[in-house]
Amino acid sequence: MENLATNAKITWCPGCPNSAILVAFRKLVEELKAEGKLKLENLVAVAGIGCHGKITDYLNINTFTSLHGRLLPTMQGIKIANPTLQVVGFSGDGDSYSEGAEHLIHAAKRNSDVNLFVHDNQVFALTTGQATATSPKGFKGKSTPLGSIEEPFNPLLLMLASGATFVARTYAGDIEGTKKIMRQAIEHKGFSFVDIIQPCITFYDTRDFYKDHTYWIDKKYPSQKLETAIKKVTAQEEKIALGVFYKTEKPTFEESLYT
Amino acid sequence: MFWKKKKQSPNVFTVAIGGAAGDGVREAGNNLGQLLVRAGFEVFVSFDYPSLIRGGHNFSRISFSKEKIYNDYSKIDVLIALNDETMHLHKNELNNGAVVFSDKFDADDLKMFGQNAILLPMIKTAEELNAPAITRTSVALGAVCYLLDLPFGEMNQILRRVFKEKGYEINVTLAEKGYKYLENLGFRHSRKMEHNGSDPLKMSESRHSGREDNGKELTDGNTALAKGFLAAGLDFYIGYPMTPSTSILHYLAKQSQFLKESGKKLFKVIHPENEIAVINMALGVAYAGKRSAIGTAGGGFALMQETFALAGMSETPIAIAVSQRQAPATGSPTHTSQGDLKFVINSGHGEFPRIVIAPGDPEESFKAGADALNLTWRYQMPAIVLLDKHLSENSSTSFLDTGKIAVEKGKIAEKINGEYKRYQITEDGVSPLAFPGTPNAIVKATSYEHSEEGISTEDPKMVKAMGDKRFSKLKQLEKEFSKYDTIKIYGDPKSKNVVVFWGSTKGAVLEAAKYLKKQPKFLQILWMSPFDTERVAENLKNAKNIIIVENNRTGQLASVIREKTGINIENKILKYDSLPFDVMELATQLNKLL
Repeated sequence: MENLATNAKITWCPGCPNSAILVAFRKLVEELKAEGKLKLENLVAVAGIGCHGKITDYLNINTFTSLHGRLLPTMQGIKIANPTLQVVGFSGDGDSYSEGAEHLIHAAKRNSDVNLFVHDNQVFALTTGQATATSPKGFKGKSTPLGSIEEPFNPLLLMLASGATFVARTYAGDIEGTKKIMRQAIEHKGFSFVDIIQPCITFYDTRDFYKDHTYWIDKKYPSQKLETAIKKVTAQEEKIALGVFYKTEKPTFEESLYT
Repeated sequence: MFWKKKKQSPNVFTVAIGGAAGDGVREAGNNLGQLLVRAGFEVFVSFDYPSLIRGGHNFSRISFSKEKIYNDYSKIDVLIALNDETMHLHKNELNNGAVVFSDKFDADDLKMFGQNAILLPMIKTAEELNAPAITRTSVALGAVCYLLDLPFGEMNQILRRVFKEKGYEINVTLAEKGYKYLENLGFRHSRKMEHNGSDPLKMSESRHSGREDNGKELTDGNTALAKGFLAAGLDFYIGYPMTPSTSILHYLAKQSQFLKESGKKLFKVIHPENEIAVINMALGVAYAGKRSAIGTAGGGFALMQETFALAGMSETPIAIAVSQRQAPATGSPTHTSQGDLKFVINSGHGEFPRIVIAPGDPEESFKAGADALNLTWRYQMPAIVLLDKHLSENSSTSFLDTGKIAVEKGKIAEKINGEYKRYQITEDGVSPLAFPGTPNAIVKATSYEHSEEGISTEDPKMVKAMGDKRFSKLKQLEKEFSKYDTIKIYGDPKSKNVVVFWGSTKGAVLEAAKYLKKQPKFLQILWMSPFDTERVAENLKNAKNIIIVENNRTGQLASVIREKTGINIENKILKYDSLPFDVMELATQLNKLL
């Protein structure tokens, strides 16, 4: 696996779940390569800006480190220019839910055949702790010392409403589970959206909570039904459901562009 | 006063068409313009309109002559009034003997226009043939043909071509009716077109010697620019609509569809969610190896600023058309300006080099589009073509020399043996460019300051080295100045009076030159960045009197010239009321200063 690492020094906090996401992705790439499903030169990873964005420095593959919130248009540009490339994007909740929300909605609407993995730690971490679009109401950050007065939005519901054809959630702490979801996302034809819930061990430490507050949805869950998916992602449950909530086939943007 | 107000050339004729938005004024103006070009005239067609879809006053002016014409004139010889408002708005702009066509005149109108008021039944003729009201302009075009003794056979052909998609026969029939109507009246314009034609301002290195009428077409700055992009191998045009850049998007979308249907080489046109998506998508396209261009106006380019810096930092090729409109924010959106020069040449945060070319007419716009796309790929540096409404949307007789344009690919690494470094430091500053999908190449582009491999760095030595690398490309480019028209000289090259201008102001300045009491040297600056300081200074340093003409409030080019050459230009003729310069007014202003 060494050839997927660069010589860049990892500067995430020791124990940061970003490392688990990196490991899951590297493992998946190794597997896909070994199975003959992926040529490394055809893989492109794109990142936005935030702690997640450092991941491109640690991947010895083609990468484009874009601007804060702007990775999705870059990814779609790459895909339309050369549809044989496999394009994955690493983003954050600040990156894609706050700064670049318009691109998120439109990438889903377009059903561009790219894969977005959002490191959702519910906080702006690289800028040392402010509320994002998924921080809970009452979140005390440096820009909201009295607690955030805004409700968070539900990114999965937003994606279902916007036309994403693959909507899933995983937990960064579960490397095998994350790897499996990433594989399904990459193998899915169309816009694949994966919300990766993750603690920020420095600015929003949810490790204890997540440890026993997640569960994987049943294998028999009918993921092709939009109605069921909407119900599932909006259900008020004690534990957070993980898995593929929705998956459907539609012509992709690139297919339509080239026919 | 020792100078006299000059009279307009008897060789120029101006027809104007006015009506409400939705009356087809622009199309009618273009139809007449195309007819005149085909009949061998030099033509300038302008179109003035407010930012709305229905109602409001739309106005097209077609000035033509047998000699080169650089701009339209405000004094009218034939006024086609599609509504009352047109007559009243333009009654003071009529030349002696001007003819006015209208469906109806009231007693006051008749008193004012006398025997030159021609009642032309445009609406009635269209109604009789069950044609939609918008086609009534064709009746007027036919009438103009008879009035000015223009070849009607040509008109038929052009109308057939223009209207081949829908109901063209009706338009041709309507034009015939208009022609016959005037023929029956036996009414011709009192002034005959004079046909002498030598142009004192023709550039010494004239590009069309030997092919006077061949290959000439009526085209606007945006269409010409788009054709330049295509000639230089455009693969993707990405745009979000914003006046006055929108017609680039429309033209290319139509061309793309046409090519798709005919099975030729494809290029794609995409209109994403906003300008920020536009520029980021275009960078993604280029990173993956395809040539992309984008277009917008000042406001849209303002939205793109952060990513413009990313283009500079990541050294990703991109050609950008920015068309200026008047005033800050939404401003006066459908009117012209040269107010964004300093904004554009200083665009993006951080320091990085960029190319900015400001063409002055459609022919230069075509060349600038092609050069921008080729140069951005050769130098991996963003390249901007700076236009304005007057250039973007107005048309003139042009010759677009596609034969002179080649696709210049740049330093592309098609095969990689050994290690590939995206930001390899080289002598000319340009790193070999590989694309994802190339075996053995790991292509890492980034917005962070980076190592040669494209890994983020905060090492001060590397930060400096990479900054130097990016700027060293500029040195290489400056060595190529002589291959390009970074500036152009017209008029008397020995004169100690120098008139400086840029962009679409070229039209009014060179047209006004026909009325100057003595010919100055004219200096047009096309390359705004990098700036050809040496040649600009060379042409200004011995001048006794320098006058600059700009469509802005602050004299932005004068300020750039002072910054670059130390030469201060005190005589400024500035106009910033949203309208382009008026030829005869400018001639008067220049004569005062010469």
